Amino acid sequence: MALLDMDRAGRVFGSGHLRVVALDDVSLRVSAGEFVAVMGPSGSGKSTLLRLAGGLDRPTSGRILLSGRDLAGLDEAGLAEALRREIGFVLQEANLLASLTAAENLALALELAGVRPKAAMAAARGLLDSLGLGAAGGRFPGQLSGGEQQRVAIARAVAGGRSLLLADEPTGALDALTGESVMSLLRQRCAAGCAVILATHNVRHAAWADRVVFLADGRVAGETGPPAGPECLLGTGQVR
Amino acid sequence: MMAYSVCILGMGVLMSVRHSLLALLSAGPMHGYGLKTEFEAATGDIWPLNVGQVYTTLGRLERDGLVTAGTDADGQKVYEITEAGRGELGRWFETPVPREVIPRQEMAIKLVFAMRSAVADVAAVVQRQRVATVRALQDITRLKAAAESSGDMAGLMMLDGLVFQAEAEARWLDMCQARLARENIAAGTARRHSEIPAEQAVERSS
Repeated sequence: MALLDMDRAGRVFGSGHLRVVALDDVSLRVSAGEFVAVMGPSGSGKSTLLRLAGGLDRPTSGRILLSGRDLAGLDEAGLAEALRREIGFVLQEANLLASLTAAENLALALELAGVRPKAAMAAARGLLDSLGLGAAGGRFPGQLSGGEQQRVAIARAVAGGRSLLLADEPTGALDALTGESVMSLLRQRCAAGCAVILATHNVRHAAWADRVVFLADGRVAGETGPPAGPECLLGTGQVR
Repeated sequence: MMAYSVCILGMGVLMSVRHSLLALLSAGPMHGYGLKTEFEAATGDIWPLNVGQVYTTLGRLERDGLVTAGTDADGQKVYEITEAGRGELGRWFETPVPREVIPRQEMAIKLVFAMRSAVADVAAVVQRQRVATVRALQDITRLKAAAESSGDMAGLMMLDGLVFQAEAEARWLDMCQARLARENIAAGTARRHSEIPAEQAVERSS
């Protein structure tokens, strides 16, 4: 069973001559441990797709199943509970709470998920250590670089063992090498069994994914499919 | 270094075997066959070198006084870099590699003729290439992850180069796609306007 199953999902805003089709008949299945990138120009539907996948918005047609459960069948409280337990978001800005240290930011997310304060703090430190961010734990967001902040935000998004990570241009403001460290961390989370959907303009970052889906005008315009493996690349370099 | 059998997207490699061999010899004398294997290992097998090419190049380097050939205890030929050779190598590192002004690229040619041909759906040609380019980029990225975990810095930097070339192609194709889409919209609008009856159009323009 796919972790996330978007089944012919559509999202229309407005009506009449103001009708805008943001997403049109898009099907996407994502399994545990899979890294999918969604690419497309501005207005192609990337963010709408993420919002539907994350239950922040509801489709006007089609279905969204999370671990086999139709999100439309959940009431507000049930949906909020499912999202908190299963889905983490990472946006372009890290949005860490400035008055809390990195570890406290993580611990707070765990406490909101029902973990007791002491255990939450211990788990937060453990998670930061496992992601190579142990040294950042005691520092406040203002004392961290942009890349560190974003990696802490990813740690917060996966805290408590959430199974689906939705990332919307998480590397927007970062330099190439720092952006790569963020991608590397997302890849690492997939290896640990988390599924990731990344919406991005950046083809270098999309290339970290197992599959790249191209959106154009709200529809799927192409897909790279499962990785072909480097042996499929042609050796055309010539030495003179 | 691991094998990166990945030279993709027809990167026109203008590369000097001459200077690469001088660079290897600058670390110490070597046999011809050793130079071949060292060269291939250093470039992750992207640029296979045949042994004949190595000896031809060594012959020219010797003729030009950039290396000298001696024999080792087993009677095998050993090559050593000369002072002139070191000077030549230094100049190679000091001089930037010239860029080809207009690299002849198959995709560009295909695009030009797709535009002129009535048979090709140009947008589909662009989209297929885009998918292929991104797929190649995924493969290089996977090799990068492997190079990163084995601490292979030279390999990483070489693969970075391939990544940015593929990225440039993907972004170019994005631009082509956007231009084609804009052109389609403009053509559609023009058609709709031409469908408006003449008297109405006059009314509108007044």
